[in-house]
Amino acid sequence: MNKVVKDPAQALNGIQDGMTLMVGGFGLCGIPENSIAQLVKMGVKNLTCISNNAGVDDFGLGLLLQGKQVKKMISSYVGENDEFERQMLSGELEVDLIPQGSLAERCRAGGAGIPAFFTPAGYGTEVAEGKEVRIFNGKPHILESALTADFAIVKAWKGDTEGNLIYKATARNFNPMMAMAGKITIAEVEELVPAGTLDPNQIHTPGIFVQRIFQGQKFEKRIEQRTVRSKQ
Amino acid sequence: MALDKTGIAKRIAQELQDGWYVNLGIGIPTLVANYIPEGIEVEFQSENGVLGMGPFPFEGEEDPDLINAGKQTITTRAGASFFDSAMSFAMIRGQHVQLTVLGAMEVSQNGDIANWKIPGKMVKGMGGAMDLVASAENIIVAMMHSNKAGESKILKACTLPLTGVGCVKKVVTELAVMEIKEGKFHLLERAPGVSVEEIIAKTEGDLIVPDFVPEMQL
Repeated sequence: MNKVVKDPAQALNGIQDGMTLMVGGFGLCGIPENSIAQLVKMGVKNLTCISNNAGVDDFGLGLLLQGKQVKKMISSYVGENDEFERQMLSGELEVDLIPQGSLAERCRAGGAGIPAFFTPAGYGTEVAEGKEVRIFNGKPHILESALTADFAIVKAWKGDTEGNLIYKATARNFNPMMAMAGKITIAEVEELVPAGTLDPNQIHTPGIFVQRIFQGQKFEKRIEQRTVRSKQ
Repeated sequence: MALDKTGIAKRIAQELQDGWYVNLGIGIPTLVANYIPEGIEVEFQSENGVLGMGPFPFEGEEDPDLINAGKQTITTRAGASFFDSAMSFAMIRGQHVQLTVLGAMEVSQNGDIANWKIPGKMVKGMGGAMDLVASAENIIVAMMHSNKAGESKILKACTLPLTGVGCVKKVVTELAVMEIKEGKFHLLERAPGVSVEEIIAKTEGDLIVPDFVPEMQL
């Protein structure tokens, strides 16, 4: 099953105003840079973006915020972004903040056909407002629902023509769960290889979850907090 | 003398036990990794998907694909592993991580913690803090005893929006080590040269003070 498309334009074909998108990455690590650039080019608006973070002002999902393309962000942490702050405080941008583990599990559940689950995270806080509480093993838990998306856009290190994916280091983060939870999942990879090249033992995301795959032309891979020690 | 941030980190490091998996939050907690007591082995988990974090990389050896939850470039130690965010929080929620160390804006005597939101200010989000505090068996909070206005952050009840309820077991500040049990703070140790009176004066919550309060050994 060949899932290869030739470029980001073909990969993102069908994304329309008002859709819900999942976008992989943690901070700027493991984000689908080429696809985000294409979303800017397409100019689609009123998007709901499910992504752990919202990028920085001039990179990552911050680029979509600059163009006022996002109606609502569903994230766990959204610091490091002035334009985000401005739009949030002015009420232009809706923001739904979710504990990081619950966000990850809600995506996983969405892809795994589990409509909801109980978690202790957020019990007794404003996150629990309006949610069912149930006691398990003497401990209160809140009911969290699954998340799915019209399109999930993920980034992997290597991928093959069947859509099988391998991620590198901590660039894996939210990508595998989001790949599972998209009605259509688009994978952009650093290296696209023919089926049979990757060792089936090493696949992180099986190709069944991926509908379209392409090799990104360029990856800037910007570092948010470059931290080093001196060699002395 | 009250401790500096390094001192707080050194004292918390004494709580580490051989074989533990530990999650360190951003700020003072991150410094704990620099003071692992000799002869014990611990492994650090970062919730963005790595076990077995090593020191920061040498200049020129940074890998943009390898960061910690504070988005800093890191390295890994021999035996490290990578995983996705759902598995990472399975480790946390499933109590496979033995100790969580994190910062706080306020802690209350029943173990509530507030560390993610100040009403009226820009809200950045809770990140993984709510998942961590709701599930960790063992939570140590690293914080300053008072805020910049001199008001105690060790309270009867938190005033800020909560991150978690009834979860904090131990608090280490620049002045004291305190345990939380049965709805009260219990003074265990004082910083070198800091008087019990000063700690009492700077603690708004109920504080049980034993007859003898030893100084921290750093």
